[in-house]
Amino acid sequence: MGKGMEYRAGSVMVVGGGIAGIQTALDLTELGYYVYLLEKAPVVGGVMAQLDKTFPTNDCSL
Amino acid sequence: MITNADLLALDGKPGDFTVKVRKRPRYIDADKCTACGLCTQYCPKHLSDAYNEGLSLTRPIHIDYAQAVPATYYIDPSACMSVQHDTCQICVPVCQSHAIDFSQQPEEVDIKVGAMVLSPGFGRIDDATLEKYSYGEHPDVVTAVEFERMTTASGPFLGEVKCFSDGRHPKSMAFIQCVGSRDLGCDNGYCSSVCCMYAIKEAMVAKEHDPEVDITVYYMDIRTQGKDFDKARERAENMGVKFIRAKVAGVTPWENQLRLTYSTLDGKHEFKPYDMVVLSVGLEAPKDAKGIAEMTGIELNHYDFAKTETFTPLNTSVEGVVVAGAFQGPKDIPESVTQASATAGIVAGMLEQQRGLGIVHKSYPDEKPMDEEVRIGVFVCHCGINIASVVDVRKVEDSVEGMDGVVYHTDSLYSCSADAVQTLKNKIIEHNLNRVVIAACSPRTHEPLFQETLRDAGLNRCLIEMVNIRDQCSWVHAGEPEAATDKSQDLLRMAVAKARGMRPLPEQTVPVTPKALVIGAGIAGMTVALTLAGQGFDSVLVEKGEKLGGSLGLLNHTLDADQTANHLKKLIAEVQASKHIDVLTNAELKDFSGFVGNFSSVITEGDGTEHTVDHGVVVLATGGHEHRPDGYLLEENDKVVTQTELEQQLAGDGKAPESIIMVQCAGSRGDDLNYCSKVCCNHAVKNALEIKELNPASQVIVLYRDMRTYGYAEDAYREARLKGVIFIPYDLDQKPQIAASPKGRKLTVKFFDVLLQEEVEMSPDMVALSVGIVPDGTEDLSKLLKAPLTDDRFFLEAHVKLRPVELPVSGVYVCGLAHGPKPVDETIAQAQAAAAKASIPLVKGKVGIDPIVSVIEEDTCIGCGICSSLCPFGAIEMFKKEKKRKARTIAASCKACGICSSRCPTFAIAMGGFTNEQIMDQISAFGNIQADEPVEA
Repeated sequence: MGKGMEYRAGSVMVVGGGIAGIQTALDLTELGYYVYLLEKAPVVGGVMAQLDKTFPTNDCSL
Repeated sequence: MITNADLLALDGKPGDFTVKVRKRPRYIDADKCTACGLCTQYCPKHLSDAYNEGLSLTRPIHIDYAQAVPATYYIDPSACMSVQHDTCQICVPVCQSHAIDFSQQPEEVDIKVGAMVLSPGFGRIDDATLEKYSYGEHPDVVTAVEFERMTTASGPFLGEVKCFSDGRHPKSMAFIQCVGSRDLGCDNGYCSSVCCMYAIKEAMVAKEHDPEVDITVYYMDIRTQGKDFDKARERAENMGVKFIRAKVAGVTPWENQLRLTYSTLDGKHEFKPYDMVVLSVGLEAPKDAKGIAEMTGIELNHYDFAKTETFTPLNTSVEGVVVAGAFQGPKDIPESVTQASATAGIVAGMLEQQRGLGIVHKSYPDEKPMDEEVRIGVFVCHCGINIASVVDVRKVEDSVEGMDGVVYHTDSLYSCSADAVQTLKNKIIEHNLNRVVIAACSPRTHEPLFQETLRDAGLNRCLIEMVNIRDQCSWVHAGEPEAATDKSQDLLRMAVAKARGMRPLPEQTVPVTPKALVIGAGIAGMTVALTLAGQGFDSVLVEKGEKLGGSLGLLNHTLDADQTANHLKKLIAEVQASKHIDVLTNAELKDFSGFVGNFSSVITEGDGTEHTVDHGVVVLATGGHEHRPDGYLLEENDKVVTQTELEQQLAGDGKAPESIIMVQCAGSRGDDLNYCSKVCCNHAVKNALEIKELNPASQVIVLYRDMRTYGYAEDAYREARLKGVIFIPYDLDQKPQIAASPKGRKLTVKFFDVLLQEEVEMSPDMVALSVGIVPDGTEDLSKLLKAPLTDDRFFLEAHVKLRPVELPVSGVYVCGLAHGPKPVDETIAQAQAAAAKASIPLVKGKVGIDPIVSVIEEDTCIGCGICSSLCPFGAIEMFKKEKKRKARTIAASCKACGICSSRCPTFAIAMGGFTNEQIMDQISAFGNIQADEPVEA
C-alpha cells in the first residue's frame, strides 16, 4: 500500500484485530466487502491468543 | 491487514468516511522476513515478554509466538538499542534475507471506507486494585491471565504449574473472584461476566496437571449463566474443586505461604493458608476508550465502554460506526464471535449498493490434462529448526530417491514462505509434476496454501499429499532424533505410495436459490428477515401463532426501561411493509428436503393450505416459553405467579403488593430443568424495582441460589439492595417451601435464613416464581431437519465458540431462545449474526462443494441404508432405481467424515482422495522397508 490516499469502493475499516475483529473481517470478506483490519500491536489475535485452552472443547485457542 | 498501526481520526459520513491511520515502523521488511529466528538469538538485549505476561524474557527483536500473523518478526522500538541510541545493529548482518531496515519511518495514510467496526477489545484492571491481595508484593499471587500462560504447554514454563517464589509445585490454590469487578472501589460496578467461567476452567486444568492439588474458589455468586456452563461447574465439583461463598478481605504473605482472610455470609471471619493465589481479574474498558470516542465521536457509557441501546445493541451513537466484542460490554468468546458476525451483517446492509465493488477475484490457469505417467515431486521442510533440530531432513529427503514415480525431490527451510511457494510452483511446471508430496507440518493449517499453489501451477488441488513430520515426528519424539527420522521416512514412503493413486477430483458448485426461510416471527425471526431484507434478500417468515411478536410481546419493559411494545409495533410494521418479506401466520413447517442452496419446504397454514417454498438457507428462530414447575402451587393458587405474570399485573393496575417473596430457580438448575435460564435474575430485579417504585413501603424478599445479574445488570441489582429489597441465598438441600391455607387465602413460605442461621416462616401477599425458559417445538424440527439438539432440547450449534449461530447441517442457522435462554439485546445481536451468516451463500450465488466427498458405486450398493442412517449430516439419501433401493451422496451436504465408507458392508463407498486402494497401498508401503533400514516394532 502506498502513501497518501487509499480508495476502494465497498470497503470497511475494522479497528482491532482480536477474535471479534478477525471474525468481522472474515464475514465481511465473504459478504463481498474489502476490509482494512487495523491492529495496534504487531500481530493480530488479541487476548484469545494468550489463552491456553477454551471451554468447553478445551481446544487450543491458536 | 494493517498491524502496528494507530487510528488517528475519522471524518466524513456513512458510506463515505475518511480514516487517518499512522503505521508505525516495524524495522523489518515483512516480504523478506522468513521468520527464521536468527536475529532474536543474536540480539544482545533482554526485554520482559508481554505476550507471556512478563513471565519470561524475550529480546527487542522477536515474534510473539510461532503461529503469529503476520509471521514477521518485529522490533520493539522502546527497547532496541539501535532505535534508542543509534548503536548495536548486530541483527542487520545476521539476517540472511536482508529484511532488517532501520530506515523505516512512521507513515500516515488516509483510507476511504464506507463504514467502521470498532472491536478494540478490553483493558486490564489497574495493579492498584490488586494490591490488597499482595499482588506485586508476593510472587505467588498471580492473575488469571498469568496462570493461563503458566498452564500453556508452549508457554514460558512448558505447562508446569509452579510457585514463582521457590519453584515448588503448589499443593493448595485459591481463586479469588470479582477482582476489579462488582467493585465500586475501582469504579467497576459491573460484573465482567466471564471470570467465573474461566476460573472454573483454569481450576479444572490445574487439577488435570496435578489431581492432588487442593483448590478453593472464593466467590460472591457463581455466574455460569451461559449455555451448558452450569455443567462445567458440576464437573469441577466432581473433580474436587471446592466453592466457598465469601468475601475475601485480603491476602498477606505468611511464612512461605499466603494467608487468605475471608468472611462468610454467617458473619464469620476465617483465615486459610495457600501456596498460590489466582486473581480472577475482570475486564475493563480499553485503555484508549476515551481516545477512540474522541476520534470517532461515539458516546461511551458510564464505565467507558461503547454506549449502545437494547434494541440496537451494536450500533454506536455515530451512524455508520458499529461495535463488536468486549468494547460493547464485557463478554465471552462465543458472544464476541456472534457480535462480530452481526456487525458484518449490519455493515452489509448499510453498504448494500457497494457490495462486491472493492474485492479482487482470483483466477487460476486451466488444469493441465493428466498424463498416464506418475510424476511425483517430494518437498521436505526444515520448518526452521522446528523439524530440522530433531529430524535429519537430508536423510529423509534422500530416502525417496529411486522410489517408483518420484521424479524430483528437494528440501527447503520454510516450505510455506513466499519464495518457497514460488519455487514449488516453478518446479511443478519445470519437471511437469502431476502429484506433490510435502513433508512438513499439519495439513490442517497449511494444506489450503499448498492446494492454492497447485492450482496456480495448473494442477487439480487434490493432487497433494501432506506428511506431518513436525507434530508427529520432531515434536512428539523430540528426545529420540533417530527414531523420529526413521518414522519420518516411514510416513513419507507411505505418502508416496498413496500419492501414486491420487486422481484429480472435480470442483463442483451448485447454484443457490436466493431466498431464506425464517421459522418463528418473534423478535429474533423478525430481526433476521429485516436484516436480510436490508441486504436485498427475500425471505418467507413462518409463524405458528396468529400474531407476530413472540415472547417479547408478553413483557412491558426491559431492565433499562425500554418500552417493548413500542419497539415491537415498529418492528412488525417494518416487516409487514417490506417488499422482501412474505409473512405466513398460523403456519407450520410440514416437510423439508434438499441441501444448502437448494432446500424445498412445505408449509401448511391453519386452514390447510399448503405452500411449497424453494429457498437457499433456513434460519430457526422458534423461540420458547415460560416453564410451569410443579410443587410451587403455581397452578393451585392465584397468589402464586410467574415473573412475567407479575410484570403484566404491575403494568396493568399499577398496584404493588404490600409484601412479596420471589423464588429464583423455581424448576431450574437441577429441578425439572437442568439448566440456568440466564434472564430470570434480571427479571426478578426488574420487578422488584418496579414494586419499590410503585410502593416504597412494600417488603420484597428474593430467595436465590446465585444472583446472576451479569454485565451492567449488576447496577440494577445494587440499586435494588439500596432501595431495601432483601436478597437471601438458599441451598439446594434447603429449598423454600410454599404452602397455602385450606381455602388458599393465606400463603406461607418457609426458608432457611443463612444470615440469621435459622428457619424463617413468612406469610407474604404474593409469591413470584422465576421459572426458566423451555424451547418451543425444537424436537419436531430437529427430526425434520436432522439438526441435533442438546440434552435440554435447544439446538446444538456447529461449534460453540467459532460457529455459534450455525448448525452442523450446512445452510441451517439458529438464533434466539431456540439456541438457548437469553435476554433481548443478545437475541437481537444473535439474530443479526444468523442473518449475516445465512446471507453468505445468498451473496455468493453458488456453494462450492469440497472435492473430497463420499462416492457410492451404484452397482455394488445393496441398498441396506446403513450409511444413510449413520450419516451425521443427512448427506446420504436413499432412492429407487429400477425398483432397487440404492444410496446416493448429496455432495453439497457431505463433510467427508468417512463413517459411511467404513460401515458399508459391500465396500461400495469410497472417499474421494482416500480410496480403499490408496489406503491399502499406504499400509503395504509401511511394511515394505528397504533392506538397509533397521526394522522397529
